[in-house]
Amino acid sequence: MHDLSVSLGSLTIPNPLIAASGCFGYGVEYADAVDLSTLGGVAVKGLFLAEREGHPPPRIVETPAGMLNAIGLQGIGVHRFVSEKLPELRARRAIVFVNICGTTIDEYVELSRILSDAEGVHAIELNISCPNIKEGGITFGCSLTGTHNVVSAVRKVTTLPVIPKLTPNVTDVASFARAAEDAGADAISLVNTFLAMAIDVETRRPKLTNIVGGLSGPAIRPIAVRMVYECRQAVKLPIIGMGGIANPEDVLEFMIAGATAVQVGTANFVDPFIWSRLLDGLRDYMSRHQIQRLSDITGTLDTTARHKAWISS
Amino acid sequence: MAQVYTSPMLVDVDAAVIANTRLSEDYSVLALAAPAIAAAARPGQFVMLKTSRGMDPLLRRPFSIFEILRDAGGAPTGLTIFNKRIGTGTSLLYDIEAGTHVQCLGPLGQPFEPIDPPAQAWMVAGGVGLAPFVTLAEALLARGTQVSLFYGARRARDLHKIEIFEQLGVRVIASTEDGSRGAHGRITVPLEEQLTRTDADSALRIYACGPTPMMRAVALLAASYGRACDVSLEQVMGCGLGGCYSCVVLARDGRGIPHHTRSCIDGPVFDATRIVWDALAH
Repeated sequence: MHDLSVSLGSLTIPNPLIAASGCFGYGVEYADAVDLSTLGGVAVKGLFLAEREGHPPPRIVETPAGMLNAIGLQGIGVHRFVSEKLPELRARRAIVFVNICGTTIDEYVELSRILSDAEGVHAIELNISCPNIKEGGITFGCSLTGTHNVVSAVRKVTTLPVIPKLTPNVTDVASFARAAEDAGADAISLVNTFLAMAIDVETRRPKLTNIVGGLSGPAIRPIAVRMVYECRQAVKLPIIGMGGIANPEDVLEFMIAGATAVQVGTANFVDPFIWSRLLDGLRDYMSRHQIQRLSDITGTLDTTARHKAWISS
Repeated sequence: MAQVYTSPMLVDVDAAVIANTRLSEDYSVLALAAPAIAAAARPGQFVMLKTSRGMDPLLRRPFSIFEILRDAGGAPTGLTIFNKRIGTGTSLLYDIEAGTHVQCLGPLGQPFEPIDPPAQAWMVAGGVGLAPFVTLAEALLARGTQVSLFYGARRARDLHKIEIFEQLGVRVIASTEDGSRGAHGRITVPLEEQLTRTDADSALRIYACGPTPMMRAVALLAASYGRACDVSLEQVMGCGLGGCYSCVVLARDGRGIPHHTRSCIDGPVFDATRIVWDALAH
């Protein structure tokens, strides 16, 4: 029997596949198509205290093996989420990671208090990395002190696992992982999207209303894998890896690099039924490699044979 | 009551291409074997097609279901797509050959609500916006509702598939911008002429699909003549299921307050009076 469960601190999830925030609505949109209880978790769309309309369209543009988005964190706000969406997520037995975003530390604290009191929230993911809004979020994620301060403030007001989501738009992502660990985070998730842009050369206009957006999809995967690997060297915290995962091999690549769990985002847009395909692939790999517990492969990257490989290739 | 987001019959099939009939240098009708989707589809719903087998383009594209294909016994066997070559994805679909496969997800979106007689239904189509009207016409005619199609294009040879509507018993009124067939000018010219001539007491509903400026003009006309109007909006979509929030349009809620509203799950069909047309990208 294959054991696909993994542990993120005190939270054990049945498999490592979590739907990535911003790529799965509030989860309920998919509930009739996908059995949410079969996922390792659902990271819901980033929530502020208040409702937000987000940016005017066009909000996405495709690029080779990827896409840029600048949605601007449109959202219904935490209160409507708790009253309108959470009951259905609970009824569907989803493991809910609530992604939160604030413009001040007080807002993160307030959001965390509200969610800690709500029934059916399993973890708090701190969005300190959205590249698409001017205020808040990324201000914390691009400063070591900011990261430390927001994590430790939230840590004090909740017993739920606290998982800051890190931006790749920094020089040394591992130092941010350390800041999160020092501040008492239970896990970290990375990477958010890479700040990027695309231009229509005929009109010389940006293809997104917001001019710049975040790049996601298979195009970013090798960079994301490298960043997970770097963080694995730097901290002991469980890592939730993400960036362009579309196949079972991609899940395994992140896990071998050091991720305990993963999130799948853009690929879910292409294939909403991707989850069972990924799970089947993981089971097949475990059979072929005689692995009973999938969590055993986390951080098992073998670098000892690299010189030999170079010689033979 | 909980909101219903996706059709309970939502399926993703690796659909065989039965035929790809090129109508011109730009247009083709792509026939796909997808019985489960065809059986569940309602008028005006759409499918998300993966246009490449690889990662470029990465995302699927939304397409209205054009026709439902049936076997001799009337059972649904597949569907067709009315495709106009515009970008990379539509060009790949234009070039695709029978015998290959296309990943097809559906049915998706809020359908048209067909009106009952004695009300009349007027469908207004511009170019590739003809796509959702075969299924709507069939549903309307099945109820005994009289149906007219106002169909505009740049020139006569861009008016395709009129014969389907004529065979169904739809009154077809065409217009071309160069005057090569039907009325000379945009489709709003004959539409307004007919609106002027129609008794204000007779019930009528307008359904429109086409370029944004056309739908906006039709919506304005409908409002000024006091007629109900539904529009089917096409926006850039990432997923088609409400996950990504990329396909939003500014639409008024029940209290008249505009919000960014997902055209994939709250649309693509909207009451035209809800739409803030100034905010819509052309």
